[in-house]
Amino acid sequence: MVSVAHGSGHDEHHDTEHSEHRSTNVDDKKILMWAFLASDCMFFGALIVTYLVYKGRSLVGPYPIDVLDIPLTTVSTFVLLMSSFLMVLALDSIKHNDIPKFRLWTLGVCLFGSIFLGFQVYEFSHFVDVGLTLQQNLFGTTFFTLTGTHGIHVTIGVIWLLSILVTSYVRPMTSKDAVYVEVAGLYWHFVDIVWIVIFTIVYLVEFIGVPA
Amino acid sequence: MAISRKPASQAPDFSGGLFKRPTTSKGLVSWLTTIDHKRIGILYFLSGIFFFVIGGLEALVIRTQLTRSGLNLISPDLYNQMFTMHGTTMIFLAVMPMSAGFFNYLTPLMIGARDVAFPRLNSFSYWTFFFGAITLNASWFLGGAPDTGWFGYSPLTSTTYSPGLAVDFWVFGLQMLGLASLLAGFNFIVTIINMRAPGMTMFKMPAFVWMTLVVQFLVILAFPAITIALVELMMDRQFGTGFFNPAMGGMPIYWQHLFWVFGHPEVYILILPAMGIVSEVLPTFSRKPLFGYPVVVMSGALIGLMGFAVWSHHMFTTGMGAVANAAFAATTMTIAIPTGVKIFNWIGTLWGGKIRLTTPMLFALGFIFMFTVGGVSGVMHSAAPADAQQQDTYFVVAHFHYVLIGGSIFGLFSGFYYWSPMVTGRMLSEKWGKIVFWVMFWGFNITFFPMHFAGLNGQARRTHSYSQELGLDNLNTLATIGSYILALGVGIFIVHVIRDVISGEKVSEDPWDARTIEWRLPLPTPVYNFDKIPNITHRDQHWFDKHPDLAHSHEHGADGAAHADDDGHSHEDEHGIHLPGQSWYPFVMSFGLFVVVFGGLYSSLLMVIVGFVITFIGCYAWAFEGIGGTHVKPKGQSWYQ
Repeated sequence: MVSVAHGSGHDEHHDTEHSEHRSTNVDDKKILMWAFLASDCMFFGALIVTYLVYKGRSLVGPYPIDVLDIPLTTVSTFVLLMSSFLMVLALDSIKHNDIPKFRLWTLGVCLFGSIFLGFQVYEFSHFVDVGLTLQQNLFGTTFFTLTGTHGIHVTIGVIWLLSILVTSYVRPMTSKDAVYVEVAGLYWHFVDIVWIVIFTIVYLVEFIGVPA
Repeated sequence: MAISRKPASQAPDFSGGLFKRPTTSKGLVSWLTTIDHKRIGILYFLSGIFFFVIGGLEALVIRTQLTRSGLNLISPDLYNQMFTMHGTTMIFLAVMPMSAGFFNYLTPLMIGARDVAFPRLNSFSYWTFFFGAITLNASWFLGGAPDTGWFGYSPLTSTTYSPGLAVDFWVFGLQMLGLASLLAGFNFIVTIINMRAPGMTMFKMPAFVWMTLVVQFLVILAFPAITIALVELMMDRQFGTGFFNPAMGGMPIYWQHLFWVFGHPEVYILILPAMGIVSEVLPTFSRKPLFGYPVVVMSGALIGLMGFAVWSHHMFTTGMGAVANAAFAATTMTIAIPTGVKIFNWIGTLWGGKIRLTTPMLFALGFIFMFTVGGVSGVMHSAAPADAQQQDTYFVVAHFHYVLIGGSIFGLFSGFYYWSPMVTGRMLSEKWGKIVFWVMFWGFNITFFPMHFAGLNGQARRTHSYSQELGLDNLNTLATIGSYILALGVGIFIVHVIRDVISGEKVSEDPWDARTIEWRLPLPTPVYNFDKIPNITHRDQHWFDKHPDLAHSHEHGADGAAHADDDGHSHEDEHGIHLPGQSWYPFVMSFGLFVVVFGGLYSSLLMVIVGFVITFIGCYAWAFEGIGGTHVKPKGQSWYQ
């Protein structure tokens, strides 16, 4: 859900002005996001297990070692990691009511996320050019499904953060809105962490023992 | 109604939404846009009952075909569609939504909350379920229903063996149902963790709420496996990938693993709500606290945890090897322990109690008896060598119907008879309720007990007919007669419930001398639930408030002399209680997804795009529509009505 509602957007709570009794002192939306992330672990878990189960079982090429480009993907991975850094700065800014900085860093996150996606589009089209498609072999089937699902996650994150950014121009945002940024940030960091796992399992492990 | 409604004038209007948030409480619009957990609960339960009848009719067709050997009343192809849709319907469209009805209606009331944490998300869950159910059943009218079994084993589901759209309807329908369950799961986890009334620690929650919580964790952790499995199947069918295609090196057995990693926790998703219900009904009608409450709770949690470690017992005959078979046999036998512990706890609750044999109590006792029978045959399957004999026979059919009808359905019926006065403010006839119980009890046992023998004597399940030489004609005829008796029981149930809901005896407060705080409320439940959020000092708070002397001696875990603060936490001020406005957007978003799904089914890119646009508009309008709503003022202590 795109949680970019306005300041009184605690509308899911029945009693905005009064009390707000909560059993834990954690915001509902944050618990929701943590529960979703637990579930999302299982989604990616199932996809990663599928990749591992079928690893090395492709009947025809291209095989991973033929097409994967470690230096290129290292760059895109670095860009995605840096976007997490900017995400932290964006949250810190809005917590301190520094809206101009918040906008700058959020724009930076979206930009870096988009650069990562650009790398992925390039990688996918390059793979198709050299004959690796969804239908070519099990590597193509599992690789595109796993990294494609991750790409969709990044895309949703970019749209979500852009929506928050636009909202900050539509209505005044203050440190009271930090929780919206924080929840989106949780999602963003999670998607980054998943990429670290994918980068390790799909890319790095493939080249163990291969001379550089 | 002794309440006054006035618009929430001070609610800021950002008018980002296309429509104003409706506030009507009558008519079709009020149901389409409702975000009230009680109404959503009612919608879930009625949908569940509707599909329970549909699934039941499919079962009657199956049983009629099997009355004697060698019959050909329906074609083998139609028979396959029948048992596939019977299983899928009963699991996803009958038992799960009926359970969801109880979760929705009761959880906020039992923990002393005004609603769930995310009411619009709750509405979105329901409508997504609704359109998923339509998608699944639309296949009947659009080229034939799926015929691959509810488990959809590969490679039977490949385009080679299942051309046509039936399997695609199944895939897309289940994805929508899964989405609905997942979102509801997140919502209820937040609600239970964060919205308990002051003083209600986790171990003062009613056992039913605990079981609800465990089920939601099972849902959010188990459904991803089937979602991914279905995505992979969809990719195979739509885009020619090789996940389950042996020609490309894919392994059909891998589908079974993914499916049962979901499928076994799903079994506990179906039974734990009924266990929770029975854990509320038995104490009330024994006039005793639940025996060993912490043990019941922890057994439930342990069952949930271990439910993830037993999936391969569905696959003992697939040649996994001795080590895997032995390991999964061991975990399966172990999971019987917490389940058995619960049975002893329920018997302990009855022991020495002042038992009242009301209709809910009869169903709860029936649950214990039949669930135990199903549990015992379940332990028999857990021995892998024995299972090799039982696999795919009617013995297995007998087993899981004992736990799913004798267990889940009887538990849910018990809960229905127990809590329906809260919903309607009218009592259900005890006389007819007991008749329903006995007719269903005998109908059920006559249907399924003979199947144990038919199965051990070699009758295979999922087959259209059987040979006369098996000598099983009479057992099958008996089972068919039983199924009609069971159907008669359900028929009486529907007729007498409709009659009693319209003209039953009115009741305005706790008719059962119950124990938990939802019974503090006047009947039927006021729209705002509690006028004052109660303070909780005891488990079984309502019982304690009524009988401070009696309750105290039973409750060792209670906080000594602390008395309930009768004033509770007032959420009122001069504005009254704020009820948020209803919302169109959950419905709009679910409808958008429905359009996407049909676009996908008929390969219409245009429809897919239109559907996503509708979904997106709904999503953003939802985010910006503002609070809206009304303020409701309970007048003094005179309750609703």
